[in-house]
Amino acid sequence: MTLAPETTDLLVQLRLADGWFTVCALHRLVPGRGIAALLPDGRQVAVFRDRADRLYAIDNRDPFGGAAVLSRGLTGTHRGRPFVASPLLKQRFDLETGQCLDDESVRVTAYRVRGV
Amino acid sequence: MTATPGATPTIVLVGHGMVGQRFLEALAERGLTATHRVVVLCEEPRPAYDRVQLTSYFSGRTAEELSVTDMGFITAHGIELHVGDPAVTVDREARKVTARSGLVVGYDVLVLATGSSPFVPPVPNRDAAGCFVYRTIEDLLAIEEYARTRAATGAVVGGGLLGLEAAGALKGLGLASHIVEFAPRLMPVQVDEGGGAALLRTVEEMGLSVHTGVGTQEIVVDEGGAVTGMRLSDGSELATDMVVFSAGVRPRDQLARDCGLKVGERGGVTVDEQCRTVSDPRVFAIGECARAADGRVYGLVAPGYEQAETAAAAIAGDEAAFTGADLSTKLKLLGVDVASFGDAHGTAEGCLDVVYSDSRAGLYKKLVIGRDGTLLGGILVGDAEAYGTLRALTGSVPPVSPESLVLPAGAGQGARLGPSALPDEAVICSCHNVTKGAVRGAVTEHRCTTVPEVQKCTRAGTGCGSCVKVLGQLVTAELEASGVAVDKGLCGCFARTREELYEIVLALRLTSYRELLDRYGREGARGGDGCEVCKPAVASIIASLAPAIGASGYVLDGEQAALQDSNDHFLANLQRNGSYSVVPRIPGGEIAPEKLIVIGEVARDFGLYTKITGGQRIDMFGARVEQLPLIWARLVDAGFESGHAYGKSLRTVKSCVGRTWCRYGVQDSVRMAIDLELRYRGLRSPHKLKSAVSGCARECAEAQSKDFGVIATSSGWNLYVGGNGGATPRHADLLAQDLSDAELVRLIDRFLMFYIRTADRLERTATWLERIPGGLDHVRDVVVHDSLGICDELEALMRAHVAHYRDEWAATVDDPEKLARFVSFVNAPDTPDPVVAFVPERDQIKPDLQLLSIGPRPADDVLEGSAQR
Ligand code: SRM
Ligand SMILES: Cc1cc2nc3c(=O)[nH]c(=O)nc-3n(C[C@H](O)[C@H](O)[C@H](O)COP(=O)(O)OP(=O)(O)OC[C@H]3O[C@@H](n4cnc5c(N)ncnc54)[C@H](O)[C@@H]3O)c2cc1C
Ligand code: SF4
Ligand code: FES
Repeated sequence: MTLAPETTDLLVQLRLADGWFTVCALHRLVPGRGIAALLPDGRQVAVFRDRADRLYAIDNRDPFGGAAVLSRGLTGTHRGRPFVASPLLKQRFDLETGQCLDDESVRVTAYRVRGV
Repeated sequence: MTATPGATPTIVLVGHGMVGQRFLEALAERGLTATHRVVVLCEEPRPAYDRVQLTSYFSGRTAEELSVTDMGFITAHGIELHVGDPAVTVDREARKVTARSGLVVGYDVLVLATGSSPFVPPVPNRDAAGCFVYRTIEDLLAIEEYARTRAATGAVVGGGLLGLEAAGALKGLGLASHIVEFAPRLMPVQVDEGGGAALLRTVEEMGLSVHTGVGTQEIVVDEGGAVTGMRLSDGSELATDMVVFSAGVRPRDQLARDCGLKVGERGGVTVDEQCRTVSDPRVFAIGECARAADGRVYGLVAPGYEQAETAAAAIAGDEAAFTGADLSTKLKLLGVDVASFGDAHGTAEGCLDVVYSDSRAGLYKKLVIGRDGTLLGGILVGDAEAYGTLRALTGSVPPVSPESLVLPAGAGQGARLGPSALPDEAVICSCHNVTKGAVRGAVTEHRCTTVPEVQKCTRAGTGCGSCVKVLGQLVTAELEASGVAVDKGLCGCFARTREELYEIVLALRLTSYRELLDRYGREGARGGDGCEVCKPAVASIIASLAPAIGASGYVLDGEQAALQDSNDHFLANLQRNGSYSVVPRIPGGEIAPEKLIVIGEVARDFGLYTKITGGQRIDMFGARVEQLPLIWARLVDAGFESGHAYGKSLRTVKSCVGRTWCRYGVQDSVRMAIDLELRYRGLRSPHKLKSAVSGCARECAEAQSKDFGVIATSSGWNLYVGGNGGATPRHADLLAQDLSDAELVRLIDRFLMFYIRTADRLERTATWLERIPGGLDHVRDVVVHDSLGICDELEALMRAHVAHYRDEWAATVDDPEKLARFVSFVNAPDTPDPVVAFVPERDQIKPDLQLLSIGPRPADDVLEGSAQR
């Protein structure tokens, strides 16, 4: 999900089944990098901010290696689509859909995210 | 072929493997799919796939990517493909084939392409749980599942081409792997004794245990019937949790036998030069199930393809014949360079061998030369660089002397024959029989501008893949010759090379990646977020030049933080379970007891696993991200600083004890190593930098395997450059001799800065030295004789680096804002990541993580990604 927040005092929120969940203040996110957050049910989410201040969130667990580290990967743009490359074995995941760009059969959960 | 009058004649193909699919394509090319009904019976649950590349499944290729069947092709040509429905009987009288589902198809022409099945020697318990063969995707899935859930050790029966591939795959799955080979050497069919010895060395160095000259007598099982080991013919027992049989293949000719077709003594449906069975003119056999007219059963895909073409031609009434084929092979196993081609064993009368062998380096090269100087064949072990070119030259007289072809480059007269030396008729890709002329035509006439396009156009390189390297060289040469610019850009975001970007950053004093991307990136990439390739590469350039261009020398400042590789971002090495390792610098490997005690205490207090590294220092593993600052606060306090084990920068300067203690030493190697390590610490470079100093020519510090190595002489120091251990080892070259301390340092300053300026990303000095035009001589001209007049500048850059160095961990633990990033969860800073868990092992800990076994994405040539230490 994307949205362009205008000020920096915003909060980053994720859409969960039962409503919007506040993750952190927007300024905690460095443009071009991610950060991990813990969800109430114990799952982990990786939240990213790109240089245009758009926000993205996908599951933090690398489905290939098993470690919860996608938030620590390098981000970029591939054919106009934002992605993160896992720091383990470098598979890339589309930040908007969670689809793995290097293996069609793999996808991680993507979350709607907003700055309010 | 004659047809039943009135009805559409029918061709039935039994077996949809690689050769079967090729046969269908050949039928289509000859228009036979339009005039005939084509029915295919395919036993496996999926249409034809690339069996040759089977092992690449373990490095991340999916079953779908392995497919060689374009379903669009099948439907477009009206081919009736029955997947998962094998033929069970053939009635030649009635000309009918019955499939397992009960389907009965009448034929005018029947083509058998049933391939072969793995041979499993008749040893007791060969069917036990934990015994596998290696032939189909289903076999791999079963092996993967068992290896993941039930095995820690695996053994492969058979040390041939496939056995080695299978053993490599087991090792890749994390198993301790053994190879048991009955013959006295590995790959007995392809290599001779000398080659076998060199191969053994390489394979063992990869961590595989090899047992040659022993047979398997029995598979040992536990009460539950699962494999626990194997009993060998020398009476010993080898403990193993699983066994993969790879002891050769046998043609699948049962169907043919059952319907009375003639088969060879050692199996294989007997056919003539048109691939027609000798027993029945309406039945053909092609691929691994056929015994060709020369009496051989070919176990390679290239001859099978030729047979497929031949059979299709014969059916169309065209002329074609298959009389025999070449048995060239190259091992696809990662890290082992073995190739054999042509008459490798020198069976031709009166032929001569030219051999170069260096068993210490695991090198063995043999060429078989005919009386008249014709190259007949050869074996290459340890360095198969020249395979593509030599194979293509086979059958002709090489343009330079055979001796110079096997000598290693640099050993005086070693010659390198590029693909430009080849005639147009030379076969570049033997899998698909594509000549150099055809490749050139693809570029000049069909306007292909990339290797993948040429592959699509000519099929070259889409078989075993061993010709791809030569193909790349040819395509580049051809493009350059026709004036097309070859894209040498860094990545999808930049059309410029790393070297060009370095010059831009230096000249314009650019300190911002965004600015560089928006001004110098490719059109479509400007304004975007870059990618995982160029961001760290540019971060490294900015860091190398920081003092000169006025950027912050601290890699986590401002925008730079967002560019760093994940490891640099946390100033530590990421481990497989998401924990980190901690490596303090121990210059020259010298450490006082007090400091050793601090390391011990820190490791104990934080529960870290400790190990002495190969770089003469101590690594502490298993730190959680939130523990890193606490650990480092204590280490910094005790006088330690970052060892940059995570950065593309100076690692260690190893040292022997030298003159101070050693009775042979002629200089103080420890002092010099410490001086060098402190001088170059923190220097960001295209790839990691390693060094060593030995106190005398005995070379206990292994300086000649380093990017820059120093060996003491009675009158000073010898400087060696471009050495490398790792995947492609290279001995360093002597750059200058008998240097004083000051001369030595000056030359290294210049050498390193010249490398940083001109190398590609992730290019170690060894590869760089091999690549740059003029090689070592050019580098010597530049850094010793200052032929470019840039040495003052190079030295100034290094002086600036040395003056501005500051320990990054000390800078980080002093900065509360930077410390905020060291948490597992931004919204729960006190909660550790529950995925980071450990279990005990040998008095310490190890990660407790259920391993998923999907490998990395097929990477480029560089060991990228692993490229951290
Ligand atoms: C810890 C250590 C093994 C050990 O326990 O001894 C080690 C561990 C790793 N090495 Fe190494 N190498 C270690 C000494 C070596 C050596 C021996 C040496 O330095 O004398 C070599 C061969 C010498 C050479 O580099 O020329 C070596 C050749 C490699 C290579 C292959 C480099 C090449 O040019 O082919 C890689 C992959 C890469 O960097 O691309 C690698 C990569 C790695 C990585 C970083 C893989 C990764 O990306 O995770 C490993 C990190 C483990 C971790 O998570 O902390 N390691 N590695 C050694 C650390 C030395 C140190 O104190 O810094
Ligand atoms: C791991 C591995 C690595 C290899 N590496 C190389 C290499 O580097 N270079 C090289 O040249 N070769 C290599 N080979 C060999 C190469 O794969 C074979 O030569 C090639 O696949 C032979 O093709 P084929 O069509 O004759 O047989 P296959 O590909 O085996 O196809 C035969 C098909 O027929 C099916 N079949 C059998 N009986 C029936 C029936 N009654 N009804 C219907 N279908 C039936 C089988 O299930 C199979 O799918 C390798 C093989 C393996 C296993
Ligand atoms: S290299 Fe020479 S000086 Fe150094 S330890 Fe070995 S023998 Fe002694
Ligand atoms: S030689 Fe096998 S793909 Fe070209």
